[in-house]
Amino acid sequence: MKAFETFETPTAARVNYINAEYGLKSWLLTKDHKRIALLYLGSISAFFFIGGLYAMFIRLELLTPQGDLLSSTTYNKVFTQHGIIMIFFFLIPSIPATLGNFLVPLMIGAKDLAFPRINLLSWYIYLLGGIITIWALLAGGIDTGWTFYVPYSSTFSNSYVVATGLGVFISGFSSILTGLNFIVTIHTMRAPGMTWFRLPLFIWAHYATSLIMILGTPVIAITILLMAFERLAHVGIFDPATGGDPVLFQHLFWFYSHPAVYIMVLPGMGVVSELIANFSRKNIFGYKFVAFSSLAIAVFGFLVWGHHLFVASQSVYAGMIFSFLSFAVAIPSAIKVFNWTATLYKASISYDTPMLYALGFIGLFTIGGMTGLFLAALAVDVHLSDTYFVVAHFHYIMVGGTLLAYLGGLHYWWPKITGRMYPEGWGRFSALVVFVGFNLTFLPQFIAGYLGMPRRYHAYPPEFQVFNVLSTAGASILGVGLVIPFIYLLWSMRYGKRAEPNPWHLPGLEWRTASPPPTENFLATPVVTWEAYEFAPPEELEVIGKFREEIEQA
Amino acid sequence: MLGRRAAGTGILPNRLSELGETVNLAQSHIATDHTASHPALQHHFENLEQQREAGALGMWVFLATEIMFFGGMFLAYTLYRTQYPLEFASASNHLSLPLGAVNTAVLIFSSFTMALAVYSAQTGKRRAQIVYLGLTILLGLTFLGIKAIEYYDKYKDQLIPGRLIPSRPFDPHGVHLLPGANPRHVEMFYWIYFAMTGMHAIHMIIGVVVLSVIMFFAARGRYGPEYHNPVEISGLYWHFVDIIWIFLFPLLYLLGRHLEHGG
Repeated sequence: MKAFETFETPTAARVNYINAEYGLKSWLLTKDHKRIALLYLGSISAFFFIGGLYAMFIRLELLTPQGDLLSSTTYNKVFTQHGIIMIFFFLIPSIPATLGNFLVPLMIGAKDLAFPRINLLSWYIYLLGGIITIWALLAGGIDTGWTFYVPYSSTFSNSYVVATGLGVFISGFSSILTGLNFIVTIHTMRAPGMTWFRLPLFIWAHYATSLIMILGTPVIAITILLMAFERLAHVGIFDPATGGDPVLFQHLFWFYSHPAVYIMVLPGMGVVSELIANFSRKNIFGYKFVAFSSLAIAVFGFLVWGHHLFVASQSVYAGMIFSFLSFAVAIPSAIKVFNWTATLYKASISYDTPMLYALGFIGLFTIGGMTGLFLAALAVDVHLSDTYFVVAHFHYIMVGGTLLAYLGGLHYWWPKITGRMYPEGWGRFSALVVFVGFNLTFLPQFIAGYLGMPRRYHAYPPEFQVFNVLSTAGASILGVGLVIPFIYLLWSMRYGKRAEPNPWHLPGLEWRTASPPPTENFLATPVVTWEAYEFAPPEELEVIGKFREEIEQA
Repeated sequence: MLGRRAAGTGILPNRLSELGETVNLAQSHIATDHTASHPALQHHFENLEQQREAGALGMWVFLATEIMFFGGMFLAYTLYRTQYPLEFASASNHLSLPLGAVNTAVLIFSSFTMALAVYSAQTGKRRAQIVYLGLTILLGLTFLGIKAIEYYDKYKDQLIPGRLIPSRPFDPHGVHLLPGANPRHVEMFYWIYFAMTGMHAIHMIIGVVVLSVIMFFAARGRYGPEYHNPVEISGLYWHFVDIIWIFLFPLLYLLGRHLEHGG
């Protein structure tokens, strides 16, 4: 196989971003986007572990119809904290803050993000928000549901609403700063020749995600702030006692929190676009459609929040419009799924671990998306609202979508990030375990929900037990499937086979520098002369990847 | 520092032309090298132009975030003004129009001095730069002072909503209610008033701090024709905060005056 030429010189390749400096201080004060990505990787993994513990308690409680393991109050706290930790401290930063942080500059040929200090600041803000939230959980927890709905949160709840709200409020700014950094970097720091339509689709997805981050996050920030003031000082903007409207809170909350779903899944779609094209060794089918569908999802995503309020006294006309718009957002999502599938057609596919995750993503995201259409239909939603059908639906998007894409991406870029290969056999095995465990956990919940099992209760009628037993069994398998990669990825950092610069033999710019890359990413400014996913015949590759000097001489 | 650089640019091309035509090709190369070695250039940018573009775009993106941040409160304002027009008009008419109008003038004038500060930085007039930055800061502090007087008046009239000040609960006895207005909903207006002007005041305080830092560096001669983007982007921020006030003033102070004063 003809290798793609690289922008690294072999002599200096020994010094990379990991061994360039040593000591705790060199990590905590780093401005290198790659090191900050690793700081994020460590911290979001910790939060994922905490959120996973809460999930374990939920599944254990629901094993039996009686509320016997946890009291109803404790159960309320457990599912609330599971939601808050997983959404605000794992899913939202997951792909953008780790893989995005690491790869955006590498993929566009820049030395770093536009604002390295702000990038580091965003991690500290994230950490501060996380610590405050953890403190609130330890001090007594919060039982409002991750949605913080008023007037329960602002008036009646006897839990740590303000402290948790403060944690979420603060961590929101890390999200805003990350989005800001990405937008500016993608606009101003592309290497010579890296035109907009040569950008990897991962970049387009992150650009669209960043738009949502900067435009949506401030809205939930002010909403939570107003809610906290209402609780502390009884100044009622949402409180009916002073003429306020609790539904206004729901509108403002979902104006961010629905687009937030796209903050979680769009980067995942970006990862999957990379994996599908690269492991099919083929240019993606309909590049521009996939690129613009990311932007379309970001735009449409802002117009569908009302579908969370179908049963919350919203006018039926507003409901019809939101229903229609929610159907419309399925179009760009479907464009992506069809284009990925078309890319696979007559391709030379290799079933490495990342590709297994990507294929899993397509199937599970499709199920999650299609069931989303059930919920977007007004009449059906009246039946399904607040049942386990909703729980299953959004877990198919967030776990089946985002988490699988995240794991796929982590494996795919692991050699670039750490300079080591992960064990392929274990990788494929755990990908399979995750897929089976996930489906066993959440498929039964669709049926239980359709039959009427409500969410957020610690006890349920015995008719639903069979589905819950299946679900808990599946969750145990899923848990094992997630522990395996955690162990072997850690193991591989020390004992894994050393990775070449381009172990998958791909054309992307991030594969044309050393693994792990040097601190400045490329030892010469790369000049991009190829299209994204250009798997050209070998003779055409001769001109690819020259140094700037060589091109100027020519 | 600035002077030395300016001298450098003057001498270099002259010498090159003495060397004859063969070097002409290299001239453009040296020009890029010149900004590429500027002391203010951060290592990950290719040249100052790229750094300037990134900084300016970053501020514009941040301002978009700010608009959405204030947007939530503007939405709440719109909703409750529509629901309680009489109560909002009554409460609004109790605000001091003269103080609000003076403050509006102060802020618009501060935007003017800020623009002049940016212009002086771009044209390399160091002394003018410092004077205009100082004026802008002074006008910002004037605004905050007047705002504090207004807040104190509300405190005296017991118009601080809810239990923000526990010892002095809200009591709208001093507000002249239009016929049909429900006193319970007057409080809503004052909370929105304090939330929006309070958030605006916090932004003003941040602006004053930022401009003070900028003035400190301006005094040390850091900004000139080649490098002035910190002055520019702080200016953008300052204008933005002014514009927020330009919206707040009519919405909060001028609302329904004709109902009260028979217009």
